[in-house]
Amino acid sequence: MPLEGRVTTIYIDNLPYGVKDGQNLLQASLTLGFNLPYFCWHPALHSVGACRQCAVKVFKDESDTRGRLAMGCMTPATEGTRLSIEDPEAKAFRAGVIEWLMLNHPHDCPICDEGGECHLQDMTVMSGHNYRRSRFRKRTHLNQNLGPFLNHEMNRCIQCYRCVRFYRDYSGGRDFNVFASHDSVYFGRYEDGALESPFSGNLVEVCPTGVFTDKPFKEHPTRKWDLQTAPSVCTGCSLGCNIIVAERYGEVRRVLNRYNADVNRYFLCDRGRYGFDFVNSQRRLRLPLVDGRELVPEGSATQALSATEGGSPRPAPASSEAKGAVVRRAVARARDILHGSRRAIGIGSPRASVESNYALRSLVGPDNFCDGMTSGEHRLVGMMKDIVASGPVRSLSLAEVERADVVLVLGEDVVNTAPLLDLALRQAVRTRPEAVAEQLLRIPLWDDRAKREATQGKQGPLFVATPYPVSIDDIAVKSYRLSPDDIARLAQAVAYAIDPEGIAPLVGAADPLHVVAETIGGSLGLAARPLVIAGASLGSEAILRAAANVATALAKAGKKDAGLFLVAPEANSMGSALLGGMSLDEALEAVRTGGADTVVVVENDLTSRLKEASFRALFDSTKHSIVLDFFRNRTTELAEIVLPVATFAESSGTFVNNEGRAQRFFEVVNPDEIVSASWKWLGLLSGRGTGEEIAWDTLDDIIARISEDLPALAAIGSAAPGARDVPQVHRVPRDSHRVSGRTANVASLTVHEPPPPRDLDTPLSYSMEGSPRGRIPSSLIARIWAPRWNSVQALTRFQEEVGGPLKGGDPGALLFGPASDRTRAYFDGVPEAFAPDPRRPLAVAIRHVFGSEPLSALSRSVSERIPSRYVGITPDAARSLAVADGERVEVTVRDLRMELPVRIMAGLAEGLCALPEGLPDMPYVGLPAPAGILKRTAP
Amino acid sequence: METPLTGNIRPDREPPSLKEYEKSGGYRALARVVSGLAPAEVTAIVKDSTLMGRGGAGFPTGLKWSFVPMGVDAPPGPRYLVANADEMEPGTFKDRVLMEGDPHQLVEGMIISAYAIQATTAFIFLRADYDLAEKRLKRAVAEAYEAGYLGKNIMRSAYSLEMYVHVSAGRYICGEETALLNSLEGKRAIPRARPPFPQVSGLFGKPTVVDNVETLCNVPHILANGAEWYKSLSLTAIGGTKMYGVSGRVNRPGWWELPMGTTVREIVEVHAGGMRPGYALRGLLPGGASTDFLVEQHLDTPMDFTSIPKVGSRMGTGTMIILDGKTCPVAFVLNLLKFFAHESCGWCTPCREGLPWVARIVKAIEEGQGEARDLSVLEEHCVALAPGRTFCALAPGAVEPLQSALKYFREDFERHIKERGCPWRAA
Repeated sequence: MPLEGRVTTIYIDNLPYGVKDGQNLLQASLTLGFNLPYFCWHPALHSVGACRQCAVKVFKDESDTRGRLAMGCMTPATEGTRLSIEDPEAKAFRAGVIEWLMLNHPHDCPICDEGGECHLQDMTVMSGHNYRRSRFRKRTHLNQNLGPFLNHEMNRCIQCYRCVRFYRDYSGGRDFNVFASHDSVYFGRYEDGALESPFSGNLVEVCPTGVFTDKPFKEHPTRKWDLQTAPSVCTGCSLGCNIIVAERYGEVRRVLNRYNADVNRYFLCDRGRYGFDFVNSQRRLRLPLVDGRELVPEGSATQALSATEGGSPRPAPASSEAKGAVVRRAVARARDILHGSRRAIGIGSPRASVESNYALRSLVGPDNFCDGMTSGEHRLVGMMKDIVASGPVRSLSLAEVERADVVLVLGEDVVNTAPLLDLALRQAVRTRPEAVAEQLLRIPLWDDRAKREATQGKQGPLFVATPYPVSIDDIAVKSYRLSPDDIARLAQAVAYAIDPEGIAPLVGAADPLHVVAETIGGSLGLAARPLVIAGASLGSEAILRAAANVATALAKAGKKDAGLFLVAPEANSMGSALLGGMSLDEALEAVRTGGADTVVVVENDLTSRLKEASFRALFDSTKHSIVLDFFRNRTTELAEIVLPVATFAESSGTFVNNEGRAQRFFEVVNPDEIVSASWKWLGLLSGRGTGEEIAWDTLDDIIARISEDLPALAAIGSAAPGARDVPQVHRVPRDSHRVSGRTANVASLTVHEPPPPRDLDTPLSYSMEGSPRGRIPSSLIARIWAPRWNSVQALTRFQEEVGGPLKGGDPGALLFGPASDRTRAYFDGVPEAFAPDPRRPLAVAIRHVFGSEPLSALSRSVSERIPSRYVGITPDAARSLAVADGERVEVTVRDLRMELPVRIMAGLAEGLCALPEGLPDMPYVGLPAPAGILKRTAP
Repeated sequence: METPLTGNIRPDREPPSLKEYEKSGGYRALARVVSGLAPAEVTAIVKDSTLMGRGGAGFPTGLKWSFVPMGVDAPPGPRYLVANADEMEPGTFKDRVLMEGDPHQLVEGMIISAYAIQATTAFIFLRADYDLAEKRLKRAVAEAYEAGYLGKNIMRSAYSLEMYVHVSAGRYICGEETALLNSLEGKRAIPRARPPFPQVSGLFGKPTVVDNVETLCNVPHILANGAEWYKSLSLTAIGGTKMYGVSGRVNRPGWWELPMGTTVREIVEVHAGGMRPGYALRGLLPGGASTDFLVEQHLDTPMDFTSIPKVGSRMGTGTMIILDGKTCPVAFVLNLLKFFAHESCGWCTPCREGLPWVARIVKAIEEGQGEARDLSVLEEHCVALAPGRTFCALAPGAVEPLQSALKYFREDFERHIKERGCPWRAA
């Protein structure tokens, strides 16, 4: 791929190389594939020149033979720069830096969790330092308990300052810092306690050694090379961050970032990193249930256990035949039901893959398929899809968000609905001031501290309109606290400010919102890359319509780089919307009055989307129910047949993220013969009444079917190569080439080495053999490793250039084309001004990064960070109710009555109250809705 | 012999009040500047005067000022002048004398310098321990405001300047101008990389000049009497007088304002009265703890920015510390190294890790635990902590006394190792 921008020639050890203009020597050297060690430099955090590890010899010109030592990361690669990496003095100095770091770094590699994937180990070996000359004692520190995500071992610290730079400068955290000075600098919190930032887990990858290690991973220490890994996609929200999932002994052990230059780049949120643990939950279903009773394979050791234990223990070795018999029995029973039913309604799920939803849709027929969303969510997501699929403004990638220069956020509490968007916006607000500093002061973009000094935390315009205070208030030029309707009205007024010809002012042109809108509109009008962010979290179609109108107005004003970013509710909401189907309420209606007597529910605990009464009514009115899910939950309890399905870790499929990017996830846990992907179960069921034939056998088959059947989804095939596209010998190994104990792992069961499991669905193999590293397509990168680079820092070896796209282009397939129809008409329907009713405040939904997403909420580490339910009220409301923070009140909303502790929320818009819908201890309410709040009278 | 800097100073008595300072000619230079000279003209005069920074590096002051973007090229917003009064170099006390003895001289010098770069605000970044200087400077600044020398429309001109006395929290690294700026901003006192230089992106990211106290004190006199007069004060090509000082076992330790280029011998033998009876001079650090030792053979070298480097050291602050024959050079160096290791800010690896290692080795040698290979490790550090390899000048300065001690007093180190103890302690 040709490099953008001007190309500069530099000479490394007397050979000429072309590098992209504006880089520093370290970046350039790494891009060119040289092994130049470093610590404090990080491709996203850039240069600060602290560790002095990347010293090279720089020469003035050809005749200069003496040269001088300079730090690669702090020296610009200008035309004709001559440097030597191999210069003996430079090499000796680099070895000396390691010697200094090793003065205090403990010799505990064998018991350190970082061992084997430690950047410090790699750099030590690379530098050549190997002999300890110091005879003095090492300095020691006390460690802190930093909460459920990170282990802290300060004695290992080499003071590269990356952690504090990531935590504070890059991600805006406040409760972590560097303390003290000289050789006792300390990185931690001012006192023990869970790190508050939802991005804290990145320290695992940011730290070049074992100071910050993955705490849940530490429960079962495993070396990197013994992990079975596969590329995957996060299920935690709609952004679709790319991850690498690691397995051992049938359990998912950890999640690491998988770089995608267009999406998550270098970082993940803690929900994404630690939420995987639901896969290992004790509540997992391992066997089919028929009428509430497990179908146990013959000869299985679990038979005796299952009667006494609450959960389903993993079936101990039963023969394949016995397991196959269980599957056949369950399938036969389900087929009988389907065969005999008058009309079967299939209820899919926006968190299930495109393949599983499609399989359900083809099992029951398009007219009987429900996307599993409530009518509100269904309408919102459908509208989102229409806006980004056919609107005049493009749906931006997360990486493009980082480059936006003026941003308007409408209604979304981004850190809690799409956490990584918060991180992207924190970078976006720096782009304009830093561009000015670069232009005016000639500060290169990689000179991080100089850049931050020159810009003094100045932030490019970001405007926020939400009902309550949000995380990004600290980077906003102005935050407005408004009701959902008024947010929509403000947006409409902004659209009017940009295009007064095309849009009518608000009713009552003197509305004060117009004054505010004038400022925002003016700012957006001056932007090169304006961005409008909205989403579904407040349940307001009016906000989406008005957000689209702002975007349309910008397009009409000639902003061809204007962008929209719409946050969808779940990992595959957009994929579900593209499949089309009815809403949950329509499905309910079909069961109650439409003659449907059977429901098939896929990966959807309906209690989280239906009120208790509707939920009951659904199961009362249907004669038969077949439920496919991972867990025992209220929905599986009521089902006639329950089929245990594979999670994202045990199956493969496709998610479509909020942007419209189809991304493939691959199984990493060898699937059981019983627990398999929903689309596989549904394939077995779909051979309705005609014997044993099934509709599709492999992932390739079903993707081919989808592509033929649904043009909107035709491109999902190109999200990643299929199993058929990659010859057996070039399959990507899930095991590392250093995997140990391959035969010992199963020695307790058999002395023979069993053949590796066959994988007919993916171009990966359950083996250590396969495609050589250099030939792996970017969508199949299963681990970040390169010769001499055992840590995640090996990533530079997979990129076209440091910080640039992966070799061969970044994975994923965009389903929406570039912006079309520039002349699209504006949406109508501006709501009336919100009239606060102090006696019946409007309850709006408030989300929590930990807790509002049901799968990650089951993770043991995440569950420690989940708040318990509450009602947020304004200080005024607290005064008139005469309640103090934490006091309990009675909240009535719709027909639900709950006793909740009060959280007094300064900044909550007048006339509103906030309910954390989605928390595990919170029932489904259906927000927004007016609420009654009463002080509890003393018993 | 003219002593413009210290003419008003009456040791052990209150400094001149505003009235007294004015009577001695004070603020007349300022009046001349704000009423009739363009900023560029002030800078040109200071350039002509050959005034060089007295903080130790000896950078031409006028040249430094000229790097501040002015006129149409200037970025919008404020500009700053900072007086580096964080005098923490061991053995150095010259700025203290000037601030305690004649605070208005510094204030006037700062206003004129600020005018030259059209600064809007000036700060005096004062060493934490200088209580008396703080009191006197604050009084002087208040008096200057009262008299219209500070604040809006200074002396009815179009120029306005605010001035603050900021007392540091007390770290040696704050004397490094960019660490000083970070500290002044309320950040950790860590040096910054250059470029960008403070003149372009300094305090709060705005153009800033940081000058040493003594440097700034010269400015009113240059503007009052002209560049030629100033150059005539010196014995060498670099103009002006210099605050020299001597500490150690001499007959009259103290400070003297002498023509620039006075020889080391004259300072030690004439002004400091020579060594005390029974003490022989073994060596001296010419300009604070972070300069290389000079020995007997160097005594006739003129103390200035160009002559001292020729004999392998730096003039630094110009205030010497004498090593006498009854003091163990190893212990002497150890004391300095412990100071520097402790004052490392902890930012870059060589300084943060290298200096404590060096200090531990020297301590081991001093305590009789030295090993033969130790000297080569020390020598390696003298190279490895050279300028350019570390982030700032702290560590390179810290190893200067060590590298010259290894050169001139090597036998003392070797004796410590061989005899497994300090010969001075044994005696």
